[in-house]
Amino acid sequence: MLIPRVPVQHRRLLPDRRLSGPTPWVIAILMMLTLLAAAAGVGLARSADAIGSAIAGRVTVQIVTANPVTRAEQAAALRRAAAAQPFVLSARAVDRAELQATLGQWFGSDASGDGGGDPVLNSLPLPALVDIDFVGGDRSGHMAQLRALVAAEAPGARIIPHAEWLGPVARLIGSLAWIAAALVVLMTLASAAVVIMTARAALGTHYATIEMLHLIGATDRQITRLFQRRIAIDTAYGIALGTAVAAALLLLIGWQWAGITSGLAATASLGPTGWALLLALPLLAIALAALTARQTLLAALKKIL
Amino acid sequence: MVEFDGVGLRYGPDAEVLRDISFNLQPGSFYFLTGASGAGKTSLLKMLYLAQRPSRGIVRLFGEDLVAMPRDRLPGFRRRIGVVFQDFRLIPHLSARDNIALPLRIAGVSEEDLAGPVSEMLSWIGLADRADAHPATLSGGEQQRVAIARAVIARPQLLVADEPTGNVDPDMAMRLLGLFEALNRLGTTVVVATHDIHLISRIENAQMMRLEKGRLSDPTGALRFPPANRV
Repeated sequence: MLIPRVPVQHRRLLPDRRLSGPTPWVIAILMMLTLLAAAAGVGLARSADAIGSAIAGRVTVQIVTANPVTRAEQAAALRRAAAAQPFVLSARAVDRAELQATLGQWFGSDASGDGGGDPVLNSLPLPALVDIDFVGGDRSGHMAQLRALVAAEAPGARIIPHAEWLGPVARLIGSLAWIAAALVVLMTLASAAVVIMTARAALGTHYATIEMLHLIGATDRQITRLFQRRIAIDTAYGIALGTAVAAALLLLIGWQWAGITSGLAATASLGPTGWALLLALPLLAIALAALTARQTLLAALKKIL
Repeated sequence: MVEFDGVGLRYGPDAEVLRDISFNLQPGSFYFLTGASGAGKTSLLKMLYLAQRPSRGIVRLFGEDLVAMPRDRLPGFRRRIGVVFQDFRLIPHLSARDNIALPLRIAGVSEEDLAGPVSEMLSWIGLADRADAHPATLSGGEQQRVAIARAVIARPQLLVADEPTGNVDPDMAMRLLGLFEALNRLGTTVVVATHDIHLISRIENAQMMRLEKGRLSDPTGALRFPPANRV
């Protein structure tokens, strides 16, 4: 049992000074940081996964033939040919209006963002783009087949795998997720160290009582249960406080995050598994604290006859 | 009851504080342990109440070898021993009643079963009206009476007392000695370390154990080889 049952009269063997020491407050701070790091780690990991799976099987074919009519014909032919291939999941020709809308944001040419009324934008020789999503994950095998298809339908066109330019971003996000995971581990170890120091300090403070209890026949188990209960309760108070503050911060961040609907930020979310992990962490922390206290106390008591 | 054979005790690398201690305490006997300061009385008592293992020799208690006994079996033996410490060692945040009840609670006696004996003991030591007082609010003599009550409440088979009457007036000293005597008559073996000659003379048939510079004086061999029919 994490918080052992101890008869009321036995509990009085330790003076009632709950929350008087620094332990609950230090544990609260560590718990809050652990939960925030865990939430960041889960969000970043999910974002990295979402980006990775989105870019792993997608390429864009860029057709730069000078003649706009030939360029459009090549794009249409490539889209039809690619869509008919068994290794292609989908093929889509990107509209010129879509390209102009994207460029218009950078040119500042039109308030609506579609750039349709900008003569400069209209005069630009934009390439024709065809987005192709592969079936499955064997990108290397599919690329060879696509190159042959592009050479036949649109000679001179460039094939741009999305992984080439978004891959480093996904890897960076993945690395940040690992760093967050490492922080969770380090803060868990720090919490365990706090519990060990608390247990040792409690033994030192109450050494005379422990010695007396030993001499009248108390077992290590009886003494350990007393201290384990006290430390587990103090730690649980700290964990509850840290969890409450972390939950408030996460809800605030989640509320603000909900307003971000575009770009890479939109891929970050906790998901049900992430929330389950965050809810499980405080319970795991209480279990870890109780077990750490128990082992520390038993090891220390064994040094006394 | 208690058998020491060739027992020596040293702390760390220093010379032995107790050397070649051999005696055999008979069940139901009464012993006074005397000796000058530094003779090793407290060290000998520590081995008797299982706070210290010997450096060498054999210690048998209640028929079992304690030197080789696993640590986790010691609490069961300690519950059969009552100890009165010279410095009382009362738990400061517990009331007189809770201090006295401690050995019974540790032994798992229910609250209903221990309430009567604890109240009776409080009355006997004259502290019934101070049952809820904490040690810091008790005088030295009152604390000593609580310490003695705690040592005897569980009817131990062996009672070890270190200067148990040092802080009480002569009348109370006689009453406490009477309590030890009564327990002794009920079969408890009593070992009292004291300097008080008057106390020693009050108990008939009590035997003397005298420590001199870490050795037990036993010129007649009566401590080592006691008569079998002493009880």
